[in-house]
Amino acid sequence: MWLTSKIKQILMVMKPGVVTLDYPNERPPVPENLRGQPVFDHQKCIGCGGCSDHCPARCILVRDVCQELRVMLYDGGRCTYCGRCADICPEKAITMSNSFEIACDQKEDITTRMELFMMTCQRCGRCYEMEKTNAIDRINLKGFRYDNLEQRALIRKTSETFDPALLKESDNYQRPSDK
Amino acid sequence: MLKNLCKRMFGKSIWVYHCNTGACNGCDIEILNILTPFYDVERFGIKLVASPRHADAMLISGAVTRPTLPLVKRAYEAIPNPKLVFAIGSCATGGGAWFDTYNVTGGADKVLPVNYYIPGCPPRPEAILYGVALALGLVDKQAAPVELKQMEFPIDMYERNEAWEKRNVIYELLK
Repeated sequence: MWLTSKIKQILMVMKPGVVTLDYPNERPPVPENLRGQPVFDHQKCIGCGGCSDHCPARCILVRDVCQELRVMLYDGGRCTYCGRCADICPEKAITMSNSFEIACDQKEDITTRMELFMMTCQRCGRCYEMEKTNAIDRINLKGFRYDNLEQRALIRKTSETFDPALLKESDNYQRPSDK
Repeated sequence: MLKNLCKRMFGKSIWVYHCNTGACNGCDIEILNILTPFYDVERFGIKLVASPRHADAMLISGAVTRPTLPLVKRAYEAIPNPKLVFAIGSCATGGGAWFDTYNVTGGADKVLPVNYYIPGCPPRPEAILYGVALALGLVDKQAAPVELKQMEFPIDMYERNEAWEKRNVIYELLK
C-alpha cells in the first residue's frame, strides 16, 4: 500500500519537473526596473550636494577639504537603494545600475569616493547664491559642508564662507552614543 | 573516523538562526523566500533552526534597537564556536535610515563582530544566496571600493561640448 502511494507521489513530482533555480551557476536576467548599486559619474557631477540632501539614509556625505576641493563619499552600508539621488541629480551623474551581487566582508567595499573641483564666486567665496535666509533651509542646502568621512558621520552644519575652524572641529566629531 | 566523515560531510552545511532585531519584516520575508522550492537553499545544506544552540550562523536583520540589544548579545553567546554572523539588509549593515537615532545602536557591527554584509533594502533572494555562496567559497567577491577624481574642471568640458554641438548645428543648417 505504501509502495503504491510512493510511486504515485513520484509520478506527481515528475509532472512539474524541477523548479529550483540553480543560482550561483546559472544567473537569470535581472528585471529592468531593479534599483541596484548607484553608479557615480565624476565627469558630470557638479558637486551641488542635492543627492546628499535628499538621501533618506543620509549615506552621501560631503566634505570641503579646501576651498576648491570637495570630497563626496557614498557609504553603501546604509544605502536603501531608493533611487532618489538619481531622480534629483540635475546633471544625471548618478544612475542606478542593476548590480545587486554586492555582498562583502568589509564595509569599505561598497563605498564610492569622489573628489571634485569646485569653482567659487570670486567676490563672496561661496558656491551658490544664498537666496533663502531661513536658517533651517540654509542648514539643509547650500554652501560649504564639513561631514566627517572617517566616522561616516553627518554634521548638520554649513557655512556660507569656508571656515577652517569648523573643518578642524569636524575632525573630532563622533556620533552621539546611546550608552 | 566518524568525526572525520562528519567533518567532510557537514563541514559546509551551516545551520542558521534567524534573529530579527527590530526589522520591518522586509528582510525576514526575503529570508523565508530563499527557503522556498524556487530558491532552494537546502541544496547547500543550510537549514533554519529555532534555537541558537543548534546553529552555526546567525542572520541578523534590522538595526539593533536598544530593547533587543541584550537579547541579541545573549543569542550570540549561545551559539557554539566557530560561528558566522551575516548582517542582512541595510539596517543591519550600517543602520539604514536610522543610523544615528537615539533608540538604535546603528548596525549589527557595533554590537557583534559581523563576518558578511549583505546590503539591500530588502536584498533580493539572489543577493542573500550570493552572500551565502560567498561565505561557502562558491563565488568570488565582486564589490570593491571605488575612488573617482576629476582631472579637469567639468565646466570647461561642458563648454567645449556645447561649442562642438553648436558648430554641428550650423553645418546642418547649411545643408
